[in-house]
Amino acid sequence: MSRRVVVTGMGVCAPNGVGIKDFTEALYKGKSGIRHHSRLEQLNFGCQVAAEPLVKDNVLERYFTPLQLRGLNASGLVYGVIAGKDAWADAGLSPNTSKTPLWDCGIIFGTGILGVDKFRDAIYQVDNKEVRRLGSTTVIQTMASGISAYLGGILGCGNQVTTNSSACTTGTEGILMAYERISSGKAEVILTGSCGESGPYIWGGFDAMRILPRDFNDNPSAASRPMSASAQGFVPGSGAGALVLESLESAQKRGAKIYAEVLGGELNSGGQVGEGSMTAPNSEAVQRCIQKAIRNSGIKAPQVDAINGHLTATSKDALEITNWSVAMGLSGVKFPYINSFKGMIGHCLSAAGSIECVGSILQFEEGVVFGNVNCEDIHPEILKVIDGSRIPQKTIPYRPKIIAKASFGFGDVNACVIFSAYKN
Amino acid sequence: MQEEEKYQKLKDIVKVYLPEDVSVSEIQPTSNFITELNINSANLVDIILDVEDAFDIHLENDDMNQMQTVQDAIDIIDSKLAV
Repeated sequence: MSRRVVVTGMGVCAPNGVGIKDFTEALYKGKSGIRHHSRLEQLNFGCQVAAEPLVKDNVLERYFTPLQLRGLNASGLVYGVIAGKDAWADAGLSPNTSKTPLWDCGIIFGTGILGVDKFRDAIYQVDNKEVRRLGSTTVIQTMASGISAYLGGILGCGNQVTTNSSACTTGTEGILMAYERISSGKAEVILTGSCGESGPYIWGGFDAMRILPRDFNDNPSAASRPMSASAQGFVPGSGAGALVLESLESAQKRGAKIYAEVLGGELNSGGQVGEGSMTAPNSEAVQRCIQKAIRNSGIKAPQVDAINGHLTATSKDALEITNWSVAMGLSGVKFPYINSFKGMIGHCLSAAGSIECVGSILQFEEGVVFGNVNCEDIHPEILKVIDGSRIPQKTIPYRPKIIAKASFGFGDVNACVIFSAYKN
Repeated sequence: MQEEEKYQKLKDIVKVYLPEDVSVSEIQPTSNFITELNINSANLVDIILDVEDAFDIHLENDDMNQMQTVQDAIDIIDSKLAV
């Protein structure tokens, strides 16, 4: 059994825009969500810029009950619930108010780690011999699956409710997990997405690895430079993206708006062998992932007319471009348009895949390829492989029919998903 | 502290934990937190912490086990304040 799967709803909580409308406008204009954080400066971080969604208190009251807001100290949970509830509503679906679970509706919502600030509070209390003062909220805000558990309860879903985790691949992986479950007939609707937390305890480890840019603390919007010769490393970010995936039958029966079709994709790992390691990708695996994603989707490589890369703004960007080029057998002016949103929103880590898939899909409806920022000086190694015209420096009118999106993560894991504009 | 004031203070704590389909007016002295007010049993520990903070008292495990109804809570608070 293999059924067509479509995207019928989206929500986003991104550093440069909360909500689909603001996010779309931000991507259009190349608006940066990267800001200087005085707390990172106080803590002697090398990189003191970061990309964090701006969520106002009055917005929180729209998404959480007063009880849920009590002792709430998990930023990823906040972003995930906002994006998830928005996507559900955007799909024209309502929270379940009956006594019966929605058996055909599930949640696959990933994260890297949840409730780090809450966990920090708990550590202090436990060490102070005040374990009884933790209350009931510590576990549910710090378990990784807290995000799928919250969303599952808020929406009343009765199908699979789980949290996946595969570093920076998480969001894209979740979409493919949801696609497979719906395609095989095990569910009709799955809310999928991912969230990533904010703050020094999340970002500190990356700062210590010296893979974040240090020369832009007084010029935050220039700090994240995917595909640029002057790229220094990725800017850490946070947020959440969410998509409602649905069987085509179910979407048609409901008369739902269809954003795009998920044609297929591929997940794999480089096994941390050869040039692959815990932190470096194995090119053979990346190329294989892209090739199999294209094949599984029943298309040919030249049909892909836009790519949203992983492209984090490290020295590996040129290698990624080469891998796309080799995998697709396309180079120079034949290569599709390619963009990375990370110039604006930094690298949102576990949230990156879902936020960027939302942005990629928005291009179908808007009839554009969103522009890249901070890569006026395209890296010379990239220009040896593809023509500079393939890297739009600002948003261009162009109606893509098929978009490929890939995400790669620590642990040498890869995900590539193929979306198409919906046609019946 | 007046009885009425104490009761009101407790009611203010409890009402936050009521599920959506239970109204504040249903809180009575005889109400059982879990079986009548439908409060999630996990939230009972939060009510206890809130009571400790609001009345500046410390409850023992035994006190917590005995706290089934709103009146039980009042009695325990009274006994602690009397010390």
